[in-house]
Amino acid sequence: MVKFAVVVFPGTNCDFETVEAIKRAGGKAERVWYKDSIKDYDGVVIPGGFSYADYLRAGAIAARQRIMEEIRELAEEGRPILGICNGFQILTEAGLLPGALRPNKIPRFLCKWVHLKVVDVRTPFTYLYEEGEVVRMPIAHAEGNYYIDDPSKVRIVFQYSDEKGSITEEANPNGSVLNIAGVANMEGNILGMMPHPERASHYFLGSEDGLKVFKGMVEWVRS
Amino acid sequence: MRWRVRVLVRLKEGLNDPEGRVIGNALRNLGYRVEELRVPKCFEFILESDNPEKDVEEMCRRLLANPLIHTWEYTIEEW
Repeated sequence: MVKFAVVVFPGTNCDFETVEAIKRAGGKAERVWYKDSIKDYDGVVIPGGFSYADYLRAGAIAARQRIMEEIRELAEEGRPILGICNGFQILTEAGLLPGALRPNKIPRFLCKWVHLKVVDVRTPFTYLYEEGEVVRMPIAHAEGNYYIDDPSKVRIVFQYSDEKGSITEEANPNGSVLNIAGVANMEGNILGMMPHPERASHYFLGSEDGLKVFKGMVEWVRS
Repeated sequence: MRWRVRVLVRLKEGLNDPEGRVIGNALRNLGYRVEELRVPKCFEFILESDNPEKDVEEMCRRLLANPLIHTWEYTIEEW
């Protein structure tokens, strides 16, 4: 059985939902406290929330914890590592993904549904989507304004778009460079994304568009 | 040796500082002619070190600042 670790830091708050989404996608998932080991897992998800109350910079303190070294080792073995929202902030702060998440262009907490265009379907998390597919997922963040000096250093996986898939300034909720909502490393096995696929993983929640992120990840390990 | 350290971390020139913009607007609404307000972060601490310059530089690089988006400066004096 494919088994994922959902890492919990002080202040994480999307862990239970993420575990449920992975189970719904056909995998096994366990919440793992950041002081415990994740060596026996097939992959890792760092869920959303407010680790260490976002002190200093969102994700900065969590990114310097010992567990990140284990995550780095698993990533080097090619296992899938997914960071959602605060998890994305932690991955960039830890240097596992290039770039940085700055405060939103309009400085307030954003909580709303957005449209995303899936632009890279060659990752374990997105290969079940069609290239160019437009999906709906919610965002909930104050620091989601992705910045990178040289976009060729990452693989752009999700972009904020309108419902037809056009990448417009109006469709960019937070000021991210190139409307970037999610990026992967060059190998494709580390993905960070600001939108919450676990909050779009059941029709009860208003959308199932995020479920394929977890299904892809589970199936990819299984094969 | 013990040192008194003050570190100032600033967003790089040209990068949008939303908090600074909001505070600047609030001051302008109070009638002050404020321009280009930005909000650096200041850290003050006592450090025990034989090589404070090297340690503080490293602390900035590893945690206090994000080198992609920040610049930093510091003062170190004997404590």
